[in-house]
Amino acid sequence: MTTVLDVQDVTKVYGTGDTAVHALRGVRLTVDQGDYVAIMGASGSGKSTLMNILGCLDVPSGGRYLLDGLDVGALDDRRLAVLRNRRIGFVFQSFNLIPRMSALANVELPLAYGGVKAAERRRRALAALAQVGLADRVGHEPNELSGGQQQRVAVARALVTSPALLLADEPTGNLDTRSTEDVLGVLDRLSADGRTIVLITHEDDVAARAKRVIRLVDGRIVEDRRAAPVAGPPPGPMGTGVRHR
Amino acid sequence: MTLEVLRFALRGLAANKLRSGLTTLGILIGVGAVIMLVAVGNGSSQQVQKNIERLGTNTLTVMPSTSGGRGGGGGGGFARLLRAAGGAAQQTGPRAQAKSLTVDDARALADAKSAPSVKSVSPVVTASSANATYEGTAHAIQQFVGTYPAYFEASNDPVARGTYFSDDDVLNDRKVVVIGNTVAEDLFGTVDPLGRQITVSGVNFTVVGVLKTKGSSGFQDADDVAIAPLPAVQQSLTGYGALNQIVVQAKSPKTVDAAQSEVTGILNQRHDITGSNTADFQILNQASLQSAISSSSRTFTVLLGAVAAISLLVGGIGITNIMLVTVTERTREIGIRKAIGAPKGAILGQFLVEATVLSLLGGLLGVAAGVIGSQFTVVGVQPVIVPSSIALALGVSVAIGLFFGSYPANRAAKLRPIEALRHE
Repeated sequence: MTTVLDVQDVTKVYGTGDTAVHALRGVRLTVDQGDYVAIMGASGSGKSTLMNILGCLDVPSGGRYLLDGLDVGALDDRRLAVLRNRRIGFVFQSFNLIPRMSALANVELPLAYGGVKAAERRRRALAALAQVGLADRVGHEPNELSGGQQQRVAVARALVTSPALLLADEPTGNLDTRSTEDVLGVLDRLSADGRTIVLITHEDDVAARAKRVIRLVDGRIVEDRRAAPVAGPPPGPMGTGVRHR
Repeated sequence: MTLEVLRFALRGLAANKLRSGLTTLGILIGVGAVIMLVAVGNGSSQQVQKNIERLGTNTLTVMPSTSGGRGGGGGGGFARLLRAAGGAAQQTGPRAQAKSLTVDDARALADAKSAPSVKSVSPVVTASSANATYEGTAHAIQQFVGTYPAYFEASNDPVARGTYFSDDDVLNDRKVVVIGNTVAEDLFGTVDPLGRQITVSGVNFTVVGVLKTKGSSGFQDADDVAIAPLPAVQQSLTGYGALNQIVVQAKSPKTVDAAQSEVTGILNQRHDITGSNTADFQILNQASLQSAISSSSRTFTVLLGAVAAISLLVGGIGITNIMLVTVTERTREIGIRKAIGAPKGAILGQFLVEATVLSLLGGLLGVAAGVIGSQFTVVGVQPVIVPSSIALALGVSVAIGLFFGSYPANRAAKLRPIEALRHE
């Protein structure tokens, strides 16, 4: 089995001296291809910092981080940008679609930066939108879409480059129950298709959909529980699907 | 991808049409002002040049020096006093005993051996405000000139109708006259003046030609003139005294300076001017006058251009300002773009293109405004567009876009994605 993520003793310190804040105090973590990992923790536990480092948006203060066997710390800005473009798909809590651009244009954006030709770009973007069930909304701008639809566009945008890793930072944090179910359903399907997913959440019922749950406290991993085998399907919706929010 | 970057930039501009429009206006005014003001400067200098050319080309005008040459004011009066004293032989002060210009002087200048660069010499006497009448109609001719036929060519005075008078007319003392357009209209109206007689100070002159219109230069109407043979004018109007001036025409523009030194040499000798004395004549060199005036009008043009350039600079600062606002406003968008893998160059390009499109658009509109504005007469000057000023203004406006856009664009490109994303 291939290791997608290999995090070795990563630390992150903000500030210096007396005011230094230790966000991560030596995190060790490997994620295999096809795994579906939920990282949980209270705010301030360092889960967002970890996520930013995994997404190559931030660099660790210490330790090593290998993505697909590539040491991220050794890369310059330009190659980091290429890495983010090709290997990582990012889904944010606040959707982060670009306003005044249609859903299709938003999904095409990573491909445009990746240098994909227009026709090919359009074909792949439409396929990604169909995959998240928005084939009939391609021409809508973000402000014409519901929160759930916007987040699904964001998932399509994250998927469209066929990245090695899909990172989702509290993807359901701003969504109502129904939309949450929509988005989690999409993630379940992607996981079943063998896509590697790492998501951050502080909701137990979201974490329950993952194959593996990691709990962070004060910048350290305190629990690493496997709920389902990497190779198998994700656990899916719990019991009757009754959700507490 | 370059195409995509261009599209993102245009989309960014289109999202804020009013803001983009106002920024463009700043550059438009700057570029328009540069083109327009340089055209005005150029137009006025061309107008002055034309006025000078109207006076004749390759010519030197020799005049008695009445204003003291190097000695400054006052000397003239003193010199006249000496002359009135009957040519007393004392040499008081720096000035030699002043002699007036005579026909003999003119004849000496026409000597091909001592003055090889001189093509023609025309002695000139001038009577101002000579009253002319024709069948009861009266007109005061501003300038009544008595001279030789060579004068017409030297002073650039071609006839429109009829002919010039000839050397024969001069020698035989005939009373013929060539009149300017204003004189012809005032005296004759619609009647053809050729062959008719006008009376000036009781003497009848036959009109043989009408000069081509020159237009007014400043306060003087260059067409309110009559030119007749020298002896005829001396006899009837001015008397046989001193000449008002001698117009010397050089053989070519290149020999004007040589002719000037030859003329100076001959007259110095004839008027007993030696090294320490101030000459009693002065030579007006058309070419040097022209170059002096054109250099001063060039300064004027540069000055106008500089003022306009300042407004172009202000427009450029406007671009920086608006681009900084845009970058700040779109920090989050920049963060998103970077998070999904936009390279630094793409972000830099996007904002640079935005700034350059603004300035280029402003530049093009400014060129249009400048060209249209130059079609109108501005305070009596018909602007003449300098083509290089258009290229320069356009080039500068693009350079301004790149230069003033590079700081905000760099700031956008350098943003760390993580910080840009946190920006609200």
